[in-house]
Amino acid sequence: MKIEALFLIGVGVFFGIVGAVYWFTSYEDGGTMMLVGTCLLGLVPGSYYMFWHRKMGNRLEDRSDATIEEGAGVISSFPGSSIWPFVLGMGAFMTVLAFAFGIWFIFPAVGLILTALVGVTAESRRGGNV
Amino acid sequence: MLQRFGAAVRGRSRGPLILLVLAPVVLAGCSLPSFGAYRGSTTQGQDAFKLWQGFFVTGLIIGGFVMALILWAVFRYRRRSEDIPRQSQYHRLVEILYTVVPLIIVSGLFAFTVITENEVTATPAGPVQVDVTAFQWGWQFYYPETGKLVEGETTQAPQMVVPAGETVNIHLKSVDVIHGFYIPQFNYSQYAQPGTVNKFNINVLHTGVYRGQCTQLCGLYHSVMLFSVRAVTPDQFAAWVHEVSGNSASIGQLKAQIKAGGPGA
Amino acid sequence: MTDVIIPVDTGLGVTPPVITEHQVSHAHEEHGPSGILKWLTSTDHKVIGMSYMITSIVVFYIAGLMALVLRLQLASPSGSLVSFQQYNELFTMHGSLMLYLFAGPFAFGGLANYVVPLQVGAPDMAFPRLNALSYWLYLTGSITMMMGFMVAGGAASFGWVAYAPLSSATNSPGAGGDVFIMSLVLTGFSAIFTGVNLVATIFYLRAPGMTMFRMPIFTWNMLVTGILILIAFPVLTSALIMLFCDRHFGTHIFSVQGGGSPILWQNLFWFFGHPEVYILALPFFGIVTEVLPVFSRKPVFGYKGMVFATMAIAALSTGVWAHHMFTTGLVLLPFFSLLSLLIAVPTGIKFFNWIGTMWRGQLRFTSPMLFSIGFLFAFLMGGVTGVMLAAPPIDFFVHDTYFVVAHFHQVLFGTAVFAGFAGLYYWYPKMFGRMLNDKLGKWHFWLMFIGFWVTFIPQYQVGLKGMPRRVASYPAGLGWQIYNQISTIGSFIIAISFAILLWNLWISWRRPVLAGDNPWDAHTLEWFTTSPPPHHNYTHLPPIRSERPTWDYNHPEAPAILGHGDSHRLKQKVGAP
Repeated sequence: MKIEALFLIGVGVFFGIVGAVYWFTSYEDGGTMMLVGTCLLGLVPGSYYMFWHRKMGNRLEDRSDATIEEGAGVISSFPGSSIWPFVLGMGAFMTVLAFAFGIWFIFPAVGLILTALVGVTAESRRGGNV
Repeated sequence: MLQRFGAAVRGRSRGPLILLVLAPVVLAGCSLPSFGAYRGSTTQGQDAFKLWQGFFVTGLIIGGFVMALILWAVFRYRRRSEDIPRQSQYHRLVEILYTVVPLIIVSGLFAFTVITENEVTATPAGPVQVDVTAFQWGWQFYYPETGKLVEGETTQAPQMVVPAGETVNIHLKSVDVIHGFYIPQFNYSQYAQPGTVNKFNINVLHTGVYRGQCTQLCGLYHSVMLFSVRAVTPDQFAAWVHEVSGNSASIGQLKAQIKAGGPGA
Repeated sequence: MTDVIIPVDTGLGVTPPVITEHQVSHAHEEHGPSGILKWLTSTDHKVIGMSYMITSIVVFYIAGLMALVLRLQLASPSGSLVSFQQYNELFTMHGSLMLYLFAGPFAFGGLANYVVPLQVGAPDMAFPRLNALSYWLYLTGSITMMMGFMVAGGAASFGWVAYAPLSSATNSPGAGGDVFIMSLVLTGFSAIFTGVNLVATIFYLRAPGMTMFRMPIFTWNMLVTGILILIAFPVLTSALIMLFCDRHFGTHIFSVQGGGSPILWQNLFWFFGHPEVYILALPFFGIVTEVLPVFSRKPVFGYKGMVFATMAIAALSTGVWAHHMFTTGLVLLPFFSLLSLLIAVPTGIKFFNWIGTMWRGQLRFTSPMLFSIGFLFAFLMGGVTGVMLAAPPIDFFVHDTYFVVAHFHQVLFGTAVFAGFAGLYYWYPKMFGRMLNDKLGKWHFWLMFIGFWVTFIPQYQVGLKGMPRRVASYPAGLGWQIYNQISTIGSFIIAISFAILLWNLWISWRRPVLAGDNPWDAHTLEWFTTSPPPHHNYTHLPPIRSERPTWDYNHPEAPAILGHGDSHRLKQKVGAP
């Protein structure tokens, strides 16, 4: 976890420096805000990872001498085939069409989105498909 | 060990070193070809042109060097047998060299850039000021000292008259969208924007007519938003700028003209 | 939901221990629905990646046809093939389709989606349903963009960059601009979700022993790309929503009349726009870094240098946005000029590492290798002209001319097209279990390579002579026509080469030549499994002791010469499990 944490903290530090240099040389608001935002994008998750790394030490994929046998067992859960991403996607599509073509599109859009959200929650609780 | 050192001196690091030594010598001579750009008909344009030459020569040397390396590798190391080659994957000295040397070259380019930039963007006050206003799809040139006005749309290509050999202050803005004020032979362009005025100088070296065109996409007739700059002697300019302007339409009228009849109406 | 269990393997070529019935049925059976229902419901990264690749290649051909129309119009000074309005719509759509809907999605939605989980030894992406959603957002976003041609007023015609105030409701009324914005909102979220998936997969789902510095460079590049996506795309999406509000909800964010600022659009857009072109380039750099070692039969040269160079390029790219705004007179020229010039340094490091990979190798000139070398030449010249553009006094006279058009086509075509096809020819056997015809591949390459130079070199020249970009006609008598004519001929040569690719795809389907697991004797983990890989990718894994686990497994007698300062590795490679 350590390299990942350092990577993100490095991103944060770099943009912190660039943002500071940019502000004091240009006094331009827009660019400075974006650079500050990018600095936070790195520092926040990076420090979170560093905290957890200190707590839990090296995982199997951090150790250069780890063997495949050590990793046998459950890795994670990978939701199998599911119609809900498609339904949610169509709902997003309709929402967007509502803005471009006519607000009435928002009705089928909301319907599809709600159906998808309920569906995916139920699917997760039930265990879903393989 | 000796083999590695030899490789470093023989091939990889020599090119940039030669460049660094020769660059001042090479760039001092103006007899280099133009590499496709205009030599510049203003003092600012000539400064920009010298920078162009410097970058082009540097690019030619470095690009040529890298291309030579690629071609050498492609021809020399074609598969000759099924043997697995030596599985080398690093060479500290060479890696350091090709990090440090480009950094030095880039710093040199930056220094040259800043010097040229300061020359090109300098705006000391001059005897003549022209307020240039861009609109969809034409140009208006206004001379505040005398109230002289020249304007036209699209293919009417209005002509801005300036004195050669003198500093001309240009104040550039737009009344609608962003346009680009571009005179190729002056090696210069700048945006005409609503809500802000861009100021720059031109010091035209010789009399003549120089074509200009809008470069920033501004809508339907962007392609034909033409103009020109005519540099005359200071006496001719003084006479011209004091002539009373003929009846000229306002920007609003010109825009309506285009809308009704298309470009050049 | 499936709990995936990796069986035990000693990795030294001895037969794997007994695998239970349960494990076998999980690993080898085809799961779930088939046919169209499979396409609609699959969350398998390989199916999604394939869908992305096919959709993006279709978009690529459509945008390519638009380019041919543009070139035909420009072959004469006052071309009458299309009207001014249609021309403006065509180049806006050509740019938008290529940049937003082909290059990015093909790279991170298509190839990365397919290859990255395989390269890190994962069974799938971290969030499979989110992955599927990304694809549907991309597909519907692409459809939305192309709807522009069917609405009253035509498609958006303000360029792929949609500068304010040109993109306002006053200057560009009509639904064309709105569908442009809405399409990018959809595809923007699609990209953001893919970025999340990529970073999570790379951080959390690597196989045991696959430390960060043993990941393939393609995966490293996709990690950096994923972070760049998270930095850049939200800014674009926000800016687009602001633009939509200006167009329809009476706000004045970008218009002077209401106290707004047109240049704010440019700042926001290019803060996205410049990282975007590196989001487009880095995956393709990664592809080249995969292909060159395999066909030079050597490991990547300067692995750590490559990783740090990629990070440096990405970091610098986020700080250079205003080099697209040098002629506004409103940006801090030296800051952006210096950072832009500095990007040349890590890019140069990558170039020298690519050459170092080939140096003293045994080069095999298969199609993927030819395309990768073609990329090197294209990007070399495109990169050098980019360094020229980083100097404001030079930018002042080439900005918005065909010089810039030639520059960005060289770098984008060099990466997305040359390196993209290298990736396609390289991974096609893994994805389909069959080879693409190598002879046709060579015809494809040479025609495309020749056509590429014929198309774009004259554009540099005519741009220096003063021809602006985004023009539907140009004055006769200036000597510009000959350059345009040559460029048009080149574009048709490129078109012929693409027809050859289609033919190649067709015949490889009708008359398949079977590939094995590892037809190229390649190095990275994905070549260890079958072609195509089974459900959840791996039934067993080799030991991972370097960035080339498959090579180490197949060629234990030829390990890399003591790389990365890891002194245990040489001992481990030779004999020990």
